[in-house]
Amino acid sequence: MDLDFTREELALRQEVEAFVRRELPPNWDNQIVFWPGGYGTIPIFETRFQEVAKAFSLKLHEKDWTRLAWPEEYGGEASVMKAAIVGNVLSYHRAPAGGVASSIVAPTIILVGTEKLKKEFLPKIADGRAGFWLAYSEPNAGSDLAALKATAVEDGDDYIINGQKIWSSGAHVTEYAWALVKTDPDAPAHKSATLIIIPNDTPGVTIKPIINICGNHSFNEVFFDDVRVPKKYVVGEVNQGFYNVMLALQFERLTIGSGSFRRVLDELIQYAKENVRNGRPLSENNPVRRALADLAIEIEIFETFYWQSVCMQEKGKVPEVEASALKLVFTELSVKLANTAVDILGPYGLLDKGSTRAPFGGRVGIGYLDSISGPIGAGTSEIQKSILATRGLGLPRH
Amino acid sequence: MDFELNEDQRILQKSARDFLKKECPKDLVRNLADVDPGHSTELWQKMAALGWMGLLVPGEYDGIGWSFVEQAVLLEEMGFTLCPAPFISTTILGAQTLVMAGNEEQKRDILPNVVAGDLILTMALTESDGGCEPSALDLMAVREGDEWVLNGIKLFVPDALAADYILCVARTSEDPIPEKGLTIFLVKAKTLGVNVTPLKTVSKDKQYEINFSNVCLKPESIIGPVDGAWPTIKTIISMVGLARAAETVGVMRAVLEMTVAYAMERVQFGRPIGSFQAIQHYLADMWVDTLGARNLVMKAAWKLATGRPSDEATGIAKVMVGKAGRKATTTAHRIFGAIGFTMEHDLHLYHRRTLVNDLISGDSDFHYEQIARGLGL
Repeated sequence: MDLDFTREELALRQEVEAFVRRELPPNWDNQIVFWPGGYGTIPIFETRFQEVAKAFSLKLHEKDWTRLAWPEEYGGEASVMKAAIVGNVLSYHRAPAGGVASSIVAPTIILVGTEKLKKEFLPKIADGRAGFWLAYSEPNAGSDLAALKATAVEDGDDYIINGQKIWSSGAHVTEYAWALVKTDPDAPAHKSATLIIIPNDTPGVTIKPIINICGNHSFNEVFFDDVRVPKKYVVGEVNQGFYNVMLALQFERLTIGSGSFRRVLDELIQYAKENVRNGRPLSENNPVRRALADLAIEIEIFETFYWQSVCMQEKGKVPEVEASALKLVFTELSVKLANTAVDILGPYGLLDKGSTRAPFGGRVGIGYLDSISGPIGAGTSEIQKSILATRGLGLPRH
Repeated sequence: MDFELNEDQRILQKSARDFLKKECPKDLVRNLADVDPGHSTELWQKMAALGWMGLLVPGEYDGIGWSFVEQAVLLEEMGFTLCPAPFISTTILGAQTLVMAGNEEQKRDILPNVVAGDLILTMALTESDGGCEPSALDLMAVREGDEWVLNGIKLFVPDALAADYILCVARTSEDPIPEKGLTIFLVKAKTLGVNVTPLKTVSKDKQYEINFSNVCLKPESIIGPVDGAWPTIKTIISMVGLARAAETVGVMRAVLEMTVAYAMERVQFGRPIGSFQAIQHYLADMWVDTLGARNLVMKAAWKLATGRPSDEATGIAKVMVGKAGRKATTTAHRIFGAIGFTMEHDLHLYHRRTLVNDLISGDSDFHYEQIARGLGL
């Protein structure tokens, strides 16, 4: 047992720390209201930050930090630990980085994609030119993904795709859909779908905004009407889509903003020290001290789960139930963080961005709303618990 | 970074698991729960023969000189079997205090005998206030000529009737700063004026009230500096809190195991209740809590073991695991239903242990404050 970073890893942390302080867009923190664990306030989904995000990605790429987890033959260092360290520091600073292209698409292409796909997409993902959105959910296929209806029908060298996707985070600011579509509607559900890449600019793709409760345009509904996609864009085997989607889940769980939770705790501690209520500093108020200590406990649990999963992957093991536990823990933590934050801020927790009196630029009030999204997005808490119970504890499926 | 146990630790874990499975059956736990002093000398000797009493004791005093990580591994197994033994009292409250603050002669006198299983130790700290901050400690030791005279009452002294020595924390001078003026005395349990009476607890563990009435002590019985014991006591409370948490992790593991097994075999509405999502989600939460609890304990143990600042980490472990342990046993009761509410069933034994492990060895005020201070509040 050794729960510390190596000297080399600590040096990397410091290097990323210095980098982010140098390269973060000026006044960045006052422009964004990102909340840890939420899906509705992620800056890279906002249209106005696209230029900034692309420029930042390019700088990260110049440091060779965008593909650290990839195998060496694809320009990586095969180190999940290093990738996690970079992600951890970047997320502490709420930097405009990350995204499913590098965390889900690239690892899956590396595992099951053709040479052509690798050649075409990996370089573009590494330097941030190719952004992806996950085209999984449909109006009637949420937690029950197997109920999806969008179809892909063979036509010569192409597939013709029809259907609707929804809750499509970032579809409006990325270049490609990472789509799960039915290719064999008559087969049993788990052998009926295929993973395919659909360029957003293909004729027949219509992206319509949905405004979330934070007031942001983070997700969309997307319509595919006779969208023609070449067969070479199929990822992995035809009709193995569900399997291929599961492959990347373990990677996705580690791309969460692991550092951003502690950042908020640090800020709340600072706030409690600097602000007086009812005649004494909040930091001397016993319930406030306990509330912050409780957050520290929850964050510590999350961080041990996080680094434990990283260590497993570094050793070549695949976290399965661990990934579910991590998703469950960090999104529930997001809710606790938000609830504690509004408790501590009191009436100030109501203030929205734009109010000059809002502490943290309104991040807490917006974050409270956004924290609702964590436990319902990307596999609900209830789905994660069912996975833990059946796959982890061996309880019978109902 | 590596979260896994090394080979020595895994061997210790396995041998402790096997030993306790055989030597610490539920019958023994039940039989000892209702009697004083409530431990088995035979079991104690066997544990000592395995080297457990000396796990944390340095080699020069016949111990193994391992770290808190190994101690936590062992305690988890003891919690798993609800091992009834004055182990935490002896190895942490007693022996660790001596290791940290005792002089050479005291260490040579006592530690090898502890390691051999011949001496049981405990500490008398808490008083009627119920807390363990310095301001809660008033029992006086007054200097009279060459001797010190103790007068006052200590409460919640664990395993006092089994103990050969009681390390008594006393106030030796009135300083406006409560941290100053505390001294630890090594008191033979059989000394004149030391009256031990059991405190009847719902947790069925061994808690006692001690009335010190004109107990005369020689200066040689002072452990560490006169008036300067607080730093040692504070560390000991952190350690003992962590030890309790480590034990609770084992209790949680056992409760999870037995509850999952029950949920698979208990049939209602024509199918095992473990197939219902309400039950599955309870158990998923219990599992995640157990894994989290173990992580926090091991992290704090590793910090102690490597000499890193550990007050915040031990506080985090004690507070979280204390609550999580009670939550786990409470949840298990929901799943077992009425059968779990009987004396006949074992579940209550586990629940009692999680309750005591949460409420003593530093109350939540103490450990919450350790966290808050660690955060810079």
